[in-house]
Amino acid sequence: MTIAFAIVAILTIAASVAAMSLRNLIHCALAMAVAFGGIALLYLQLEAQFVGFAQILVYIGAVAILIVFAVLLTRGGEAPEKSVFSASWIWGALVTAAVFATLAWTIKNSFASQREPPANVEATVKQIGDSLMTKFVLPLEVVGLLLTAALIGAVIIAMRDESPKTKMEDGRSKMEKPSAPGGHP
Amino acid sequence: MTPLAGYLLLSAMLFAIGLAGALTRRNAIIVLIGIELMLNAANLNFIAFWRFSEHPEALTGIMFVIFSIGVAAAEAAVGLALIIAIYRHYRTTNVDEMDSLKG
Repeated sequence: MTIAFAIVAILTIAASVAAMSLRNLIHCALAMAVAFGGIALLYLQLEAQFVGFAQILVYIGAVAILIVFAVLLTRGGEAPEKSVFSASWIWGALVTAAVFATLAWTIKNSFASQREPPANVEATVKQIGDSLMTKFVLPLEVVGLLLTAALIGAVIIAMRDESPKTKMEDGRSKMEKPSAPGGHP
Repeated sequence: MTPLAGYLLLSAMLFAIGLAGALTRRNAIIVLIGIELMLNAANLNFIAFWRFSEHPEALTGIMFVIFSIGVAAAEAAVGLALIIAIYRHYRTTNVDEMDSLKG
């Protein structure tokens, strides 16, 4: 239990509480970026440098920006006048308290949490690359396929939808009369 | 408290905060942020167990987290696209008001 761990833990917890409780959505997204940065610092403390920098690149670089774009596109930037919590918030709070109590009790009584760390652990980028290209090459390919499919799917879902009638005519009219009106916005 | 227990407790707390946000907030974007926080708490557990394991040279914890980050990125992209599509249809991102299946 070092001072550095305590500082980073408090920063991460405070930022994630802020991300879940602030009224303004932009402030929530910024607090979320700080929380992800704190988690990246924890990875660095645990000597997983590659994962720490991947966390910064993916979460602070991509996911936070994506969420800010979604906030802007849905005009959620202005704080709502009603309560930000849902009508059934009391049940959510009860479920959360039960889950946290169970987890904390399990961790306290688990023999695994008594372990001491091995002296020298190193995961260099070379080792990670080697195992990605040998032992884990199939999962790597599957993740590549998944990312491609998910991003194409996301673009298709978020595309402005035309009425189905126009779409059906579109395929036919392209061959017969190229001047026919296509999908209108 | 041992170091591993500290990391596990921090991760449980992050999971609980994310779960509270996902269950109690009205805005769908905040619900998605809560889900991302829960995924990150699980990743922190993987890394902590990898660091304190007896065979850290196997790198399984690190590999699992790398793939988990990739899947989480895909999930965030699809989730936000769904929220934008729903907003275009209903003109709201309030999950309390999205209560009909056939729009």
